[in-house]
Amino acid sequence: MTLGLAGGTRSRRRIVASPGAWLVWGAVAFFLLSLLGVVGSVLVNSFGTRWFGGWFPEGATTRWYTEAWSDFGITELIFVTVEVSAAVVALSLLIGVPAAYTLARRDFPGKRLVYLSFLLPILMPPITYGIPLATVLYKFGFAGNLSGVILANLVPAVPFVILTMTPFIEQIDPAIERAARMCGAGLRSVFLRILAPLLVPGILAAGILVLVRTVGMFELTFLTAGPDSQTLIVALFYSMSSAGIRAQQSVDAMAVVYMAMMLTLLVLALRFVNPTQLVARVKEEPE
Amino acid sequence: MTGAPVASRPEAAPPPPRQEDPGLRHRLAERGIDRNLLLILPAIVFIVGLFIYPFLYGLGLSFQPKEGGGPFADYERFFTDPYQRNTIWKTLGLAIPAALLNVLASVPIAYRMRGRFRGKRLLTIVLVVPITLGTVLTAEGLLNFLGPAGWFNRTLLEIGLVDEPIRLINNYWGVFFSLIITGFPFAFLLISSYLSGIDPSLERAAATMGAGWWDRFRHITLPLLTPGLATTFCLTFVLAFSVFPSAILVGEPAGETRVISIAAYQAAYEQYDYPMASTIAMVMGAVELIVIAAVLVWRSRFYTGTTGGKG
Repeated sequence: MTLGLAGGTRSRRRIVASPGAWLVWGAVAFFLLSLLGVVGSVLVNSFGTRWFGGWFPEGATTRWYTEAWSDFGITELIFVTVEVSAAVVALSLLIGVPAAYTLARRDFPGKRLVYLSFLLPILMPPITYGIPLATVLYKFGFAGNLSGVILANLVPAVPFVILTMTPFIEQIDPAIERAARMCGAGLRSVFLRILAPLLVPGILAAGILVLVRTVGMFELTFLTAGPDSQTLIVALFYSMSSAGIRAQQSVDAMAVVYMAMMLTLLVLALRFVNPTQLVARVKEEPE
Repeated sequence: MTGAPVASRPEAAPPPPRQEDPGLRHRLAERGIDRNLLLILPAIVFIVGLFIYPFLYGLGLSFQPKEGGGPFADYERFFTDPYQRNTIWKTLGLAIPAALLNVLASVPIAYRMRGRFRGKRLLTIVLVVPITLGTVLTAEGLLNFLGPAGWFNRTLLEIGLVDEPIRLINNYWGVFFSLIITGFPFAFLLISSYLSGIDPSLERAAATMGAGWWDRFRHITLPLLTPGLATTFCLTFVLAFSVFPSAILVGEPAGETRVISIAAYQAAYEQYDYPMASTIAMVMGAVELIVIAAVLVWRSRFYTGTTGGKG
């Protein structure tokens, strides 16, 4: 009844379209157009020949891509990126899921303190803790190679897995575990045969979110990477900041490769999580 | 093993170790400590080793200046040198307006778009794109789009709004726009999820009592939304405050947009002065925490109970 009524008033309001509505939709349209311009101009420029005046380049070519492939060594960059993100996802799940389980199920002295210390790396901007972290990693000889990049990227990834998984585990009925315990299952088999199958959706969601964040993580990788442990985004930054050495189109071609990688991941991610989860902490209901 | 001789002592007050061991374990278990807690140990070791220790190390390092002169010499150098000190104001001058604009623009838009309509999921997905792409790619796009020969200036020229291209990159505005492009969707999605957590029947009840939309928004929705707004502002502010790649790429990194993260980076990677870099990082963290604490104190003066909805 009430729902029908609300629907009625809403459709009436839509027909009238007050100035407020025009303003709001205008602002959204302007934002989306700018976004299209930002992404589109990179895409168009990377396929263009010469673009001095006019709305579009004079002709289309794919030579910037072949050039980027041979000059920048994109294959190797992609390989490093995949290596780093796979390691970060695997390690953060391995460390984070058991911790999330303990936090969800148990009460122990100092729990709030532990929880707070997991929250801090997410609230702090990466540059603030990245510089002391990089200094420490250099001191112990980790920075400048792959292991340093992986360790640095784990710092926000592990707390992220914990914060994503804790509410997910909380909503699993503990009676199931108790029943398994009564039937003689140890902690190991409770984990592997009862919890793991129930947690698969949550683990997939947490894993894919960490993957997207790690591939896109600029600051920490930038601070710890050496010449042969750069990910795609860091290499893109270097080629942009040394402008003038390479043609703008060549840099754009590299940006498009990165963009394609991120959008593929995004499409993949949206199969497992809803869009808001990519931004904020995971909410329990699927929508 | 040694239980028997101990028990045979005349005093016999301490229980034999063989029974003390399970006793201790039992008492610890009653307080919530047992073997299963070991599951959280790797995460704690990890966070202590890679977050807390480096942070304390950096803090310690900031009190050991490279050039000597007492433990606070680097802090003194930072605050007495206007070129360094002003980075704080430059960063705040970018981050606070950008975060405010993102939050304030998101409220009416999210308010109008609450509820279901066709294409909402598509809109959400489109808004996630700039967040996913990140600041480096946004900067590259802005250089093309807002540049003197870019589509934006070209449109303005065609319409006749301006006579010559306006300068929007390599200055304050380029960085500001990059903060809007990535920050606005972030704030919008967060506020939308807070709004969906407010029970719509509250507003309907007010409507049946004759409240117009402004009264409903002002007296029902806004008070319930305020804690969410404060949180969103904090998170958006943190994002904007740590602006680094776009300040270099679309800003003027030597002047107008020399933000504090650039100062920290230059100290560490160009002058190799790690104590100074740690000092700047600590100042950066402190300034940020002060702003967040101020917002949270302000927030604590408002209602923070249930909002009746799913959130």
